[in-house]
Amino acid sequence: MKSPAFEYMRAESIAAAMTAYAEADGDAVYLSGGHSVVPSLALRLQAPALMVDLSEIPTLSGISLEGEWLRIGAMTRHVQAITDPLINKYAPLFSAAAPYVAHPAIRNRGTLGGSLAHADPASEFPAVAVAIRTELEIASPTGIRRVPADEFFLDIYETAIAPGEILQAIYIPVPVAGQVIGFDEIARRRGDYAMVGAAVQAVMTDSIVTDMSISLFSVGDRPTRAASAEVALQGRVIDNASIADAQAALSDDLSPTDDPQFPAHMRVLLARVLLGRVLSNLKVVA
Amino acid sequence: MKTEITLTINGEAVQEAVTPRTSLADLLRDNLRLTGTHLGCEMGSCGACLVMLDGAPVHACLVLAVQASGHTVKTVEGLNESGEIADLQQNFYERNALQCGFCTSGMMMSAQALLAANPGPTRDEIRDALSGNYCRCTGYEAIIDAISATAAQRMTNAGEAQ
Amino acid sequence: MTSEKAHIGQSYRRESALRHLSGRGQFVTDLALPRMLHAAFVRSPMARGKIVELGVDDAAGSPGVVRVFTAETLNGKCEPWIGTLDHFANMQSSTQNMLADGEVLWVGHPVVMIVAHSRAEAEDACELVMMDIEDDMAVVDGNAALMADSPLASSGISSNMCFQTVLETPDLESAFAQAAHVVEGNFNFGRHTAVTLEPRAIIADFDRSTGQLNVHHGTQTPYQFQDVYARHFGLSEGKVRVIAPDVGGSFGMKLHVYNEEMATVAASLTIGRPVRFVADRLESFVSDIHARDHRVSARMALDADGTIVAMDVDDMTQIGAFSTYPRTSVAEGNQVIRLMGAPYRMPDYRGRLSVVFQNKVQTSQYRAVGHPIACAVTEALVEYAAEKLELDPFEIRQRNLIADDAYPHTSATGYQFEKLSHQASLEKLRALMRYDTLRDEQATLRKQGVYRGIGIATFVEITNPGATFYGVGGARISAQDGAVVRLTPAGDVHCAISVTEQGQGTETIIAQVVADQLGVTPDKVKVVTGDTDTTPSGGATWACRGAGIGGETALRAGRKLQAQILTLAGEILQADPTHLKLANGAVVDATTGNERITLAEIGRIATYRPDTLPNGCDNSLTAAQHFAPSGYPFDFTNGVQASYVEVDIETGITRLLKHWVVEDCGRIINPLLVDEQIRGGVVQGLGPAFFEECLYDDIGQMTNATLAEYLVPMAGEMPDIEIAHIETPTLDTILGAKGVGEAGTAAAGAAAMNAVNDALRPLGARISQTPMTPLRILKALGHV
Repeated sequence: MKSPAFEYMRAESIAAAMTAYAEADGDAVYLSGGHSVVPSLALRLQAPALMVDLSEIPTLSGISLEGEWLRIGAMTRHVQAITDPLINKYAPLFSAAAPYVAHPAIRNRGTLGGSLAHADPASEFPAVAVAIRTELEIASPTGIRRVPADEFFLDIYETAIAPGEILQAIYIPVPVAGQVIGFDEIARRRGDYAMVGAAVQAVMTDSIVTDMSISLFSVGDRPTRAASAEVALQGRVIDNASIADAQAALSDDLSPTDDPQFPAHMRVLLARVLLGRVLSNLKVVA
Repeated sequence: MKTEITLTINGEAVQEAVTPRTSLADLLRDNLRLTGTHLGCEMGSCGACLVMLDGAPVHACLVLAVQASGHTVKTVEGLNESGEIADLQQNFYERNALQCGFCTSGMMMSAQALLAANPGPTRDEIRDALSGNYCRCTGYEAIIDAISATAAQRMTNAGEAQ
Repeated sequence: MTSEKAHIGQSYRRESALRHLSGRGQFVTDLALPRMLHAAFVRSPMARGKIVELGVDDAAGSPGVVRVFTAETLNGKCEPWIGTLDHFANMQSSTQNMLADGEVLWVGHPVVMIVAHSRAEAEDACELVMMDIEDDMAVVDGNAALMADSPLASSGISSNMCFQTVLETPDLESAFAQAAHVVEGNFNFGRHTAVTLEPRAIIADFDRSTGQLNVHHGTQTPYQFQDVYARHFGLSEGKVRVIAPDVGGSFGMKLHVYNEEMATVAASLTIGRPVRFVADRLESFVSDIHARDHRVSARMALDADGTIVAMDVDDMTQIGAFSTYPRTSVAEGNQVIRLMGAPYRMPDYRGRLSVVFQNKVQTSQYRAVGHPIACAVTEALVEYAAEKLELDPFEIRQRNLIADDAYPHTSATGYQFEKLSHQASLEKLRALMRYDTLRDEQATLRKQGVYRGIGIATFVEITNPGATFYGVGGARISAQDGAVVRLTPAGDVHCAISVTEQGQGTETIIAQVVADQLGVTPDKVKVVTGDTDTTPSGGATWACRGAGIGGETALRAGRKLQAQILTLAGEILQADPTHLKLANGAVVDATTGNERITLAEIGRIATYRPDTLPNGCDNSLTAAQHFAPSGYPFDFTNGVQASYVEVDIETGITRLLKHWVVEDCGRIINPLLVDEQIRGGVVQGLGPAFFEECLYDDIGQMTNATLAEYLVPMAGEMPDIEIAHIETPTLDTILGAKGVGEAGTAAAGAAAMNAVNDALRPLGARISQTPMTPLRILKALGHV
């Protein structure tokens, strides 16, 4: 399990990284925490001519409040979602999800940007990004743009980032009054990829749901908004009846693939169970 | 093509020329003969290769040696010689918290990081902190006991120091 | 004052642990020899096919490559092997050699070997090999393999049946005909694998100048491999040295002959340089032996009062394309059908065994060979019977266990038990786990919708095997062990012994045993293992023999040296040796205990001043001793385990809350090490009960062959394990120790399955397949 040979370039700026990428005629891979890329090399699933290391680019780091948005640099490590006070306060769903992401040592090195750009449909952070309506800031040779998370995840391991572009930062709208969150997943072992996971953010006004965002993961080719379930809860008190309606609505939201080890109907069943549990345990954050 | 890297390993400045594909684990084991860091899966699933990179445990199999250039690495050999894990080692020894020994340095890295962040962990928190460290021999309980005992001793010592 | 038995029975710590804790382990994977080359293999991507063409020119020209071998260029160097033994009547298996020749027989079958300056360069070259294989129909399922129209799993066999046997008592049929109750079940035990954290590793180093072959090999049986390498490569045994340094886990997996290890030796013999092969984790999954893979249908007959009168068992086990060498792949099935019902008085029995070929990785002996299957089936049927007769699980076992005063006893399957302690063990377990309180707690929680279950499993373990196990079948597998104990010139003790250490603490217990014979502390006894040049020959580590056979060997060697020392001391002191004994590092007066002369002084005189000894006095301070068990064919042990689980009936996820073991391994040499053997063993039994499974699709591809997808038991999911002991020493040896290595693994899964079924019982659900995955539990519940 040794990587194929490649050249390495440690980029000092985003511009330098994009230039190097372009000069490799697209036969290059960006490296951040390396926790998806390096195993794929060890498995010889890819063999780029050049690895462009983004991890030391200063502008990719840092966590700051910018008006109504929290900006998280793409190179922010998973563990910072647990330890950073700004993330704890302004992006609590990231903080709630982080302990479920793999294992402590992985979280020390893996990056939030890397996780989102990798877009594994079984990952926690992409689902959180969708649930809390983050916007992803992408640098390209022609400029910088922000893409809403709903439009960012396109397919399994596929995002709105075009070849050569770089995810710079994650923008999170700061919590509004009445905001509640919930996160949980069903996994065989601690730290495993979830069989099914759920990230929920809602706004409650006088105990009534005025805004509901349910993002499920490990249920399809990308983090999946449960639109019908959201509608079932809209304008209602969260109680057994509304939860049951939301659970029932999931069959309209999900069409997971079938696998002998994990039949589609079992995934839907688990998603229902999990959604019920998460909705019953929402926590007030603002 | 080899790349020159400079880094600090166990307090010593190291200068090496490596191929970019060389993992930090292979640099440590093959080039520097720091064989206390082990390779069990080479894809971040077993925890045998954990080392301290800038003070936090990481999988040496998932970090390229070139990425560690300019950074600080500590391996079990360094932690052993500095004496900073002497109590942890003693408790592992007393409790027989290792059999074949292949997972042990990784276990101690996780334990050391846990106790730095959470000086009084519950058994369940210890088990959680070891969720990425595979051991085929012990069944884990002795390892939990050894870490738990170390935590208790460190808390007592910290209390006495005050 | 040091008493005669001061050290046996004490929890001495392991000195080797200190090395590992300091990062100073010495594993084969850590070794680098001058001019060492690295091997990698191109493996078959399909389960069954014909090799049409191999193109290796590009690979041979790849940077760093020294040599490329195919069957044509390598296999001639090695005498082929066949995994059959004479005492398994009519068994068959195809001839094997190092690299696939003409046909590939499982996904992972090595086809081309690349030897290069680095492993990375060898892997680069592997990608350049052009391999044209014509896909053949693979044999994937064992039942289908036995159909008349099934293709054969390899071309060298007459059918896919490797071996069949039946054991039957004369009254079996009438026992069932007259039974008041019959319970039955079909069981499916998944295929899993060892996943030692250190993968298989070998460095073969052939020196052409002297004809010496040194093999550094992560194995539990160095002497067996010395013999294998000498015979199969036509070398004299004296020119083959096998060194097993620290081994990163073994568990039976590292005593089989593997294609890659043989090829590595062949490559070194050819090139004349050290060649290293370390399986990476992907290779481990498709080349380390797999284990279990049994389908069992079984029924149990009982009297009206719940007395077990008979069992009828049919075991079909699927072993891959070959039977392994040199121990075969049928030993497990044989133990399965012989261990059924072993704890019980049950007079009648029939056991049928079919061992079937298929195109998958070979299965063979792995920790607790056969035990988990026999235990799970027996104990599940006992539980079904208890349910039917409305008996408490403890009650039905109390009625049927062989009474502690009814030994010796011969089982319905022909096993001879010297003395076991089932009744005492069961009673101890009940108190240990606070059974009645636990039942109350379970009932209370059930009213709250929490489904907890309690499961019990009684077991018998096979330890200390004699030569009837393999030797009589023609296998060159030693049933004896040897030790050389000597007093050094400074009065320390050195013991070289053939049993080996993989972290279980063999060296520590041997030091304790020897120390007691020589009146020294264990830290004065240096124990050397794992090197055919420096230790006497013997069986080493397999089937639970280190303490029982190795310990007895060390004890007898120690006593022999004790006699030599006392004789010499008698000469020096002009005293009657029978009035002397050894204690506190000295020769002392046997009556008063007063020191007469230190061991250091004896060592000094014997070594540096033999001229001062009386004429003709023998100054030897070295004793050699070999020992093979000669009483019962095996020393059986026994015990009982309990598991407490909580099943989330909505998700099928099971939480393991607690586990208890009461075990009787005879004389306990080191309580700490015994308990940790049991704990590790329990978790190795719980792994395959809930998580571990080698999954194959219907064309024979293993679909979860990485450590991310094959689920090993991790700290977060495993329970704390409480242990207690009964001590019934064997009278076959002076030491009285039996084995303990398999005990934990033998019954943990059985107890857990009973616990899960106990939790599911109020819902009318039952599971009889391992691993007990969420899917299978939800299926049992009818939810999916």
